[in-house]
Parts: sequence; C-alpha cells; structure tokens
Amino acid sequence: MTLALKLTDLSKTFPLPKTLFGPEKPGVRAVRPLSLDVQQGETLGIVGESGCGKSTLARMLVGLLEPTTGTIEIEGKAPDTGNPAEFGKLIQYVFQDPISSLNPRKTIRQIMESPLKRLYGMGRRDRAQRIADIFDSVNLREEFLDRYPHEFSGGQAQRIGIARALAAAPRIIILDEPVSALDVSVQAQVLNLLARLRAEFNLTYLFISHDLAVVEAVSDRIVVLYFGAVVEVGKAEEIFANPKHPYTHLLASSAPVVGRPLTAPEQKGTELPDPLNPPPGCAFAGRCPRASDICHRQDPPLERMGDDQFAACHHPL
Amino acid sequence: MGSYILKRLVSAIPVLLGITVIVFLIMAMIPGDPATAILGSYATPDNVEKLNRDLGLDKPLVARYFIWLGNMVTGDFGRSFSLNRPVLDEIVERFQATLVLAGTAWVLCAVLGILAGVVSAARQYGFADKAITFTVLVGISIPSFFLGMMMILLFAVNLRWLPVSGMYAIYGGGDLPDLLRHLIMPALALAAVATGVVARLSRSAMLEVLRQDYIRTARAKGVRESRVIMGHALRAAMVSIIPVLGIQAGFVLSGSVFIEIVFQWPGVGRMLVDAILKRDILLVQGGVVFVAACYVLFNIAVDVAQSLLDPRIKT
Amino acid sequence: MNFLALLFRNRLAAMGAVVLSLILALVLITPLLPLVDPDVIDTGNRFKRPFTEGALLGTDHLGRDLLSRLLWGTRLSLAVGFAAAVIAAVIGSAVGIVAGYFGGRVDNVIMRVIDMLMAFPYILLALAIVAALGPGLINALIAVAAVNIPFFARNIRGIAVGLAGREFIDAARLAGMGHMRIMLTELLPNVLPVIIIAMSTTVGWMILETAGLSFLGLGSQPPQADLGSMLGEARAALITAPHTSIVPGVMIFLIVMSINLLGDGVRDALDPRLKSGALSRPMARTKVDRKGPIPAGSDALMDIRELETQFHVKKRVYKAVGGVTLSVRPGECLGVIGESGSGKSVTALSVMGLVASPPGVVTGGAVRLNGEDLLDMPFEKLRQARGDKVAYIFQDPLSTLHPLYKVGDQLVEAIRSHHNVSNREARKKALSLLKDVRIPNAESRLDNYPHEMSGGMRQRVSIAMSLANDPEVIIADEPTTALDVTVQAQILALLDDLRRSRGLAIIFITHDFGVVAQLCDRVAVMYAGRIVEEGPTQEVLDAPAHPYTKRLIACVPELGQGRRELAAIPGLPPVVDNLPEGCAFAPRCDKARDECRMGDVALRGGAPRAGAPRAVRCLFPEEEIA
Repeated sequence: MTLALKLTDLSKTFPLPKTLFGPEKPGVRAVRPLSLDVQQGETLGIVGESGCGKSTLARMLVGLLEPTTGTIEIEGKAPDTGNPAEFGKLIQYVFQDPISSLNPRKTIRQIMESPLKRLYGMGRRDRAQRIADIFDSVNLREEFLDRYPHEFSGGQAQRIGIARALAAAPRIIILDEPVSALDVSVQAQVLNLLARLRAEFNLTYLFISHDLAVVEAVSDRIVVLYFGAVVEVGKAEEIFANPKHPYTHLLASSAPVVGRPLTAPEQKGTELPDPLNPPPGCAFAGRCPRASDICHRQDPPLERMGDDQFAACHHPL
Repeated sequence: MGSYILKRLVSAIPVLLGITVIVFLIMAMIPGDPATAILGSYATPDNVEKLNRDLGLDKPLVARYFIWLGNMVTGDFGRSFSLNRPVLDEIVERFQATLVLAGTAWVLCAVLGILAGVVSAARQYGFADKAITFTVLVGISIPSFFLGMMMILLFAVNLRWLPVSGMYAIYGGGDLPDLLRHLIMPALALAAVATGVVARLSRSAMLEVLRQDYIRTARAKGVRESRVIMGHALRAAMVSIIPVLGIQAGFVLSGSVFIEIVFQWPGVGRMLVDAILKRDILLVQGGVVFVAACYVLFNIAVDVAQSLLDPRIKT
Repeated sequence: MNFLALLFRNRLAAMGAVVLSLILALVLITPLLPLVDPDVIDTGNRFKRPFTEGALLGTDHLGRDLLSRLLWGTRLSLAVGFAAAVIAAVIGSAVGIVAGYFGGRVDNVIMRVIDMLMAFPYILLALAIVAALGPGLINALIAVAAVNIPFFARNIRGIAVGLAGREFIDAARLAGMGHMRIMLTELLPNVLPVIIIAMSTTVGWMILETAGLSFLGLGSQPPQADLGSMLGEARAALITAPHTSIVPGVMIFLIVMSINLLGDGVRDALDPRLKSGALSRPMARTKVDRKGPIPAGSDALMDIRELETQFHVKKRVYKAVGGVTLSVRPGECLGVIGESGSGKSVTALSVMGLVASPPGVVTGGAVRLNGEDLLDMPFEKLRQARGDKVAYIFQDPLSTLHPLYKVGDQLVEAIRSHHNVSNREARKKALSLLKDVRIPNAESRLDNYPHEMSGGMRQRVSIAMSLANDPEVIIADEPTTALDVTVQAQILALLDDLRRSRGLAIIFITHDFGVVAQLCDRVAVMYAGRIVEEGPTQEVLDAPAHPYTKRLIACVPELGQGRRELAAIPGLPPVVDNLPEGCAFAPRCDKARDECRMGDVALRGGAPRAGAPRAVRCLFPEEEIA
C-alpha cells in the first residue's frame, strides 16, 4: 500500500488581536502538533465534538489555511501550503452545508466548469464531456446543469458538491460533515454514493463527522480528536467497541442507542478547557474519572495499545 | 466600565489625528500660493508675510502640518482675517448656539422617531402604521431648508404665532421662554428628516427582533404582550437603533448649517458658510476640525451607551 | 420581468415610477420645448405671479421666466445627483469588496480610513472640499460623491465579509480561481443587488445634498441655476413673493419623494427575505380560522384533535399539519418523530398559538387542556396558561434566550408573569430551579448572560425556565439537537429524572430514534404533516407497521455494527404545498399499489389512549396490528 497523505507535526495557532497595552498573548491553539499517515484508498474517519479543531484541520489540508508548523505531503509531493489552487488537483473538499457551498448566482454548469477551466485549462468540448461523465457517475440528470442552486434539495445539492469535487480529479477528498445537514432517509443515499465513488475512482477519503455511528459505518480507521489533539486512533470496528482512551469511551457510551437504558454517563461538567488558558497536562483530565496527579502535570504521548490502536492516555482502559 | 471609556478615549486619538490630516490635505489642494489663497481678499503684503511666518508656509507640507497641529493643541487656531478675532473664540461662541439647536433637534428625533417606529411595528399594516409610514416618507423627502421656509410662511408670517428668525428677540428678550419660542420652528424643521430616518430604522429593527426565537420564548412563558414589545423587543432593537442615533447626530449637525441660514440662527454652520464665501480658510479649517472633534467625542458616548446596553460587547 | 412585476405590484413604487418618469421625460425634451431663455433678465417684469400672461409659473426677482428656469434647473439637479450617486457607488463598492474579501490587514487599513471619513458630519467634509476647490457645481458634485463613498464602502464591505466567509468562496479557490476573478465573478454578482438597493435609496439624498450646497451659494453659480440655487436666491423674497420659493421647493420634494418611493420598491423587490414575506412580525398568537366542525374532546390531560395548521404565503398554501390527533396523560412521555418538513414542530407550536402568524393559520381541529379548548380561549387566558400550565423547551438555547437579560432575570420574569410574588422570593425560587437542573455554582450563574454559558448550561437554564411554574405539560422541541452527544446524554437523563419525580407530561419532538427509544413511553411517527404510525415505543421500534417507519429505522446507522452498506429510501419527501393524492409516502414506497394513490388513507387501529393498541395509516402494513 502506498501513502496518500502524510502529516508531520501539523499545527495551527490563531494569533489574538494585539492590544495597545499588556504583554503579547500566546494565541489560541486550535490544532496541536499532529502527525498522521493515510493509506491510498483508505477512508479515515475524524470524530470530535464542537471546538475539537476538526474543521481547522480540514481547512489546512486543502490549503485554505496556512499551518503554523508542520508539513503536508500528498502522494510524496508537498504542495505550497496556503495555496488552494496548487492543492486543488490533489485534494478537494466537500462542505457541510451543501446549499451555501454553491454560488447562488451561478448555474450548476458554471460551477462545474470552473475547476476544469482553471485547474486543467480544458476546452469547451472536453469540459462538456467530462461533466457528462461525472454527472452520470453521481446519478444526476444533465438537465440540472442549467438550473440554479436554490432549485435543489439538500441531498441533490450535496451530490452536486461531490460532483464538483470529483471534477478536479483529486486523489483525496475531505468530507466535512457531508451528511449532517441532511435527513436520515437522504443521508444514506449520499453515504452509499460516496462508498461507490471511492471504489470507482480509487479515492482516499477523510471523513469528518460528529456522528459516531455514521463515521463507524463508512471508515476503515478512525481518529478521535479532543481539544485540538489526537487522543485515539484505531480500526473502525475496534475503536468504539474497545476504546482505550476514557474520552472515546465517554463518546461511545453517550450516543443514544435503541435498547440501552438512559443513564447520564458523567456527572462532572462537560465544558472544554479554556482555549486561551489551557491547563497543563492532559486536556481531558478535568472530566476524566481515571485522572491522577500525573494527568494534570504531563501531556500523555500517543502510544501503541494493541494492534493498530494508539491512545494518548496515562491510564488507558 | 471606566477602563472601557478610557480605552475608547485612547482609541479616539488616531481618529482625531486622522481628521486633522484629512482637513489639512483637503486644504492643501488649494491651488497657487497658499498664503495668498488662504487670505483671499485679505491678502495684503503685511498679512501674507504674517501668515507665512505663523504657518511656516514656505516650509514643506509635512512640517507645515505639524506646525499647524502643534498650534491647535495649544489652543491657537489662528486668527480670522474676515472677523479680525481669534478663530477659537469665534467658534466656541457660535458652537454654543448650534448645540442648543442641534441638541434639541437630536432629542426630538430620538424620542419621536423611536416612538413612531415602535407603534408602527407593533401595529404592522394597521392604520397607525400606514399613517406613520406615509408621514415619514414625506418627512425624509422634503429638503429641511424648504420645510423651514414654509414653516416661516405659515406660522410666522400668516398665523403670527412664532418669531420669524433669530435666537432671541432684539428688544426685551434673552430669557428662556424667549429662546424656546425662537427654537420651536428651527428645531422641528431640523429634526424632521432625522426623525423619519430613526422611525424607519426603529420599525424595521423592531420587526426583525419580533421574529427572533427569544421573543417566541418570552411569549411561550406567558409574558404580557406589552412587556414583550416594550421590554424584550425594544431593548433588543435598541442595539441597532443606538448606533443610528449616533449617525443621526452627524446629520442633525449637518442639517443645522441650512437651518441656521434660513432662520438666521447665530451658529457655527452659518459662520462656516460665510467663511467659505469670504475665503477665510483658517476659520473654515478650525471650525471643521473643532466640530468634527466634538462629534467624535459624542460618538464615544454613544459607544459607551451601547456597551451598557449590550453585555456581549467586551468592555 | 419577474423583478419588474414584483416592483409594480407595490402601488406606491409604481406611483413613484410614474412621477419620476414624467419629470425625466419633461427634462429630456426641455431643449425642444418653446421656452424663454432661462437666463434672460427683464427687471421690469420681476415677481410676476404664476398663471400670468407669458409666464405660466411667474417670474423671479430678476424677471426671469420661472417655468424655463425650473425645467433647466431640474435637468441640472438630476444630472448632478445621478452622477454623484454613480461615482460614489462605483468607488465605494470597489473599496468595500476589496476590504471585505481580503479581510485582515487590508481590511483594517481601509476601514480605518473610512471610519475617519465617517467621523465627519457629512456637510463638514463637503464644505471643506468646496472651500478648497472653490464654489461651483462640479466641485459640489465631487464633494457630494466623496462624502458618500464611505457609506457605500462600509455597507458593501459588511455584505462582502459575510459572503467571503461562505463556503462557495472556498470552493472557488479550490477550483483554482485567482483573487481578482473571485471578486468579479463570485462576489460581485452577489453584492450587486445590495449596491442597487443602496444606490436607489441614496440617490434622493445626493440630489438633496447638491441642492443644499447650491442653496448655500456653494454649488451652481449665477446665472446658471439648479433647483437648490433657485431656492437660495428666492429666499430673500420669501415673504413678498413666496411662489419663487415654492416652485423649486415643490419640485425638489417631488423628485426626492418619487425616488424614495421607487427606491423602497426596488429594495423590497430585490430583498429575498421580503419576497418570502418573512419580514412581517408574528402576532402574539397564531391566527385561528377553523372551517369545519370542532371535534369533541376526550378526558386526556392534553388532547390534540384533528389539528390542521397551514402557511399561507401569497397564493400558495402549505399544509404543514394535516389533521393530527395526539394526547398525553400526566407523567407520560410522548415522542413525536419525523424528518424535516414533517410538521412535527408546527404541531408542537400550534398547541399554545406560537406558530408565526402571518403566515401561519390554524385551519381546523381542537387543542384541549383539561377539557378546555385553547384555540378559542380569550388571549389573556391563553397567556396565563402559557408557561404556567404548558411550558416549552426549544432547540437552540443561544437564540431562544434573550441575549441582553441575565438568566436570573429571565427566570424571575417567568415566575412573576404568573405569580404575584416579590422579586426576592422569585429570585430564591430561580436559584432553587437552577439547582434542580444541576447547574454547578448556581448562585453565581444567576448573574450570567446567556452568551457567557456553554450550550449545555444554557439548555439547562431553558429547562429550569420551563419548570418555573410547575406546568402540567412540557413540550420539548428538539431540545438536544444543537448539543454535542456527551452533553445531550446529560440533558436527556435530567429530563427523564424530572418527569419521573414531578409527574410531568412531556411531548418530545425529535428526529432521532435513539433518543425516542431511551426517553419516550409512546411514539407517533409523522410524515408530510400527518401521523403515519403510533404506538408504544418498544413495539413500534421492534415491529414497525408502516413501511415508512420500517425503512426509516433501517436508514439509521447504529454504533457497533462496523463498516457496511446503509439502507436508504429513494426519492425525497413531498413538499407540503403539493401533496400527492392518497398516501403521501406512496411515490417512495416499494409496496405501493394503485389503491394507495387514490383517496384518503385512514389511521387504523385503536384510539391512541393509555395502553391502547397501535394505529397505522397504511393499506398494506408490514405488521398486522390488533
């Protein structure tokens, strides 16, 4: 297997606005230094709750945000970070809100054509052919091409968003909560389409979601983020069944499941630490039932725990 | 709160400096020899030499700016050639009259405008709403100077209820009732447009707020409708009304130039127009900087009021 | 076409357009009209009254023909006003788009300069410019355009910032577009309506401002006259010859008024929010206009019978709720589940008349609380029942709590709206409520504003507020949807505890089967505004009778089953302004036969009562129900 994506010590710190007085502030660390390998053809799920840095990570991967530190390598190449045009041919993005990701004043054809024109300089006839091929593979009718975005339902618009990403012929697609704006009955349509396209075009997916069940259903491996850092990585079928990190365990036991009685899994506060003033040590220690002294002092490194499973915890389960 | 006010005052310094730069640059556009141009018809060789010395007009632009700024900071705005007295004395005297007029008009526009807007929104599409909307439309379409002239014709000339012009009666005036009688027409004429603008904005701000989820929450918990409108909705609407009141203060100040001319009110606006026509540039420069600075300070007060109302503004 | 139709449906705007086009037409043909030269002085004939021989509108202080001067002056005023508007709009919008798109330092620098320009009352800047350039019409034009640039720049920047953060701009960058191209082809078309609105609402202003400068003698110079200078010259003779003032004054008024009317019309026609009628204010209570007979009630605590709620938007009728019957007993939790657009939230809001109206109308059915119909209750009585007998918890606690009041004050208000107690007592009660919903450090939290709390804490406050008056029924409309799953688990546990300890009846609206399964005794499944299946939760989940229920449950991925192909339902839910005849699910149902597409399908099964059997709205159910 070849490596599709290699991240080395990737991090993002947002600087705080400078004030006239007072000392320089350190800034908000949205993503802490993070290293990750993604295999060719793999679907890597990324889960975490609001504020865990998953969207910041995604935007860095496609060059929309410049990382503070670290490198991104895509199939051995290292594009110029912070230049989306260079990233565009290698990696594309499918957005959470399907309607808002389509310019309301352009027809679907204009939207579909711009990556072909700008990234590949294709001629008119080639573009028409390519768009027809792509629309065919995402099950959209060609008559949609001359309509405007507001005429489509969420599910259709999301398929158009996927078609646009495919048009750039990328090797990797980042799917940022691609189904969370959709109803359940439509969500499954889009997820199944994505699975088929991955096989058809030999794509690599990074699938970001807050919905554990969805991520588990589509991913090979899953990364759990908490407060800007990876707390656990493992195989999809293993990680929620046998979590090593207490936070993963908490997530898995919080998801409402038919037939499981209602119990509040934790009685402590659920607040994230203050990002302006992060505590020393493990960020989860304040909520963790297993926390001890060392957790409040020392940030645990990511360590191998069982086959293909890694967790950053001093007291793994 | 105190630290917030201090912060806003400090942040006003660059704005004030910017104002002086802009005024200075505009005045530097005057073609030809600056001293002669500034003095215009007062350009006797004596005066030209004096001004050249005072302002360092033979020096480069940047140096001239700092000389001018330095003088102003020490309270020396120069000397008006047309009036033959210090610019600052004249401005301060005139500005008091403008403050009386513009201040009254501003209070009127705020009170009447918000009231009209709230009634209009609460009775959307009802008779009161339509009547107010129409009146407002007329109000914002009529030039204030024309409105003032028509008021003079009707109330002073035909009905003889009010004095035609001026701030005080020439004989036997000078007390408060006299001032008020002279103030009614110009203040109303000046407030008309601003009232219309505030009423429109208040109406749409109220309509916007009334659609918010928290209004539904207030109703769902059984709060009385009068309190929903006057408490929950108006308070939230004030967040977008207050900045407009600040902007309207600028419009009222601007409009006072015309009203002062129509009603021969001895304010700073009339002084500025006279000064321009007489090309008394130092008086113009000083007047503009002075009034603009007062307006900046007023807007800081508006910001402070806003921060008292809205806890989401970081103080 | 569509825009013009919309524009002229507005009668005032049409009136403005007619007046303005008349004036424009007159002004355009002015050079062709047999008019006296406007500048010919004839002091012998000064101050002639209107309608005298040879001078239709009379003459001015120099004996010049007023009609001729008026038309030529209007021509000049309009030309200068429009020119100033176009200049200000082009420069201001360009600056605004650049600042809004690039953001960061570029934005900062540009906006600082704009702020400084806006720190002047506009006339001061204009006066300073005229003072420097010298009086004259072109200089006045420059001054008016210059003082209006900041207005455009700031407005357009505000819109551009919002758009620049939208995802389609990111998508354009990923499609390889450069900055210039994105600004011109992605941003500009989207801000264009705003620019046009801003222009149409400010042209009138700019005409007034130029007229003003001319009035002061700083604009057009004699003998050339625009409307402002005509008025300025006439002022000296205001009392002796008022017509010389009134003629140009009325013309300015007519021009500005017609432009304002038209401008408002343009704004309304271009503003998408107004198009959908969204800017109308919801009334204190949903309009009730019941056509059919009012159904009889039952002895349930809350009894919703054949409720129909519609949205009337222009000529379209959206049947959001099409005959829903539900009831709850004390201590019972009823789940109402459905996808977006199924009518579950509208049903919930209809109960206490909280559906936004206009456009909502309750068109049929009855809602009874302890046997009393809430729909035809006098408003004051309904208000007293709101929050006291029936309380709500809404979805997004950030938007549903008032942002400017402390949470303690909002709780106190909830109590004092129904109980005549002192502020101090109410505060004590508020404190104990916060403790009941397990908010840590409740005392200090009373003085927090909603934005100072996390989502979970805010939702606890909402729950505390709903409990404030010990209501009999709580209606919870997706109360955990906006929350993270770990927070959701806590909130659900809290609700479950409260209902058991206080004997509350809860109607719980959700789209999540997992939540229903854990919390609710009974469940009703909604599709396209109607209940398609109802029954005890466990039975419905174990053996769904309606094909929709069965297939919807199959769509929901469950944790712990690993990677797999997911079941999906083909097609889309119907739009409720165009429901198919017969069963609304038939077009998506693989069991549908011809009978399903004809006539109404009834809800079959027992009456929805305590321990009663299940009901299903299907001719060919998956399970035979007793």
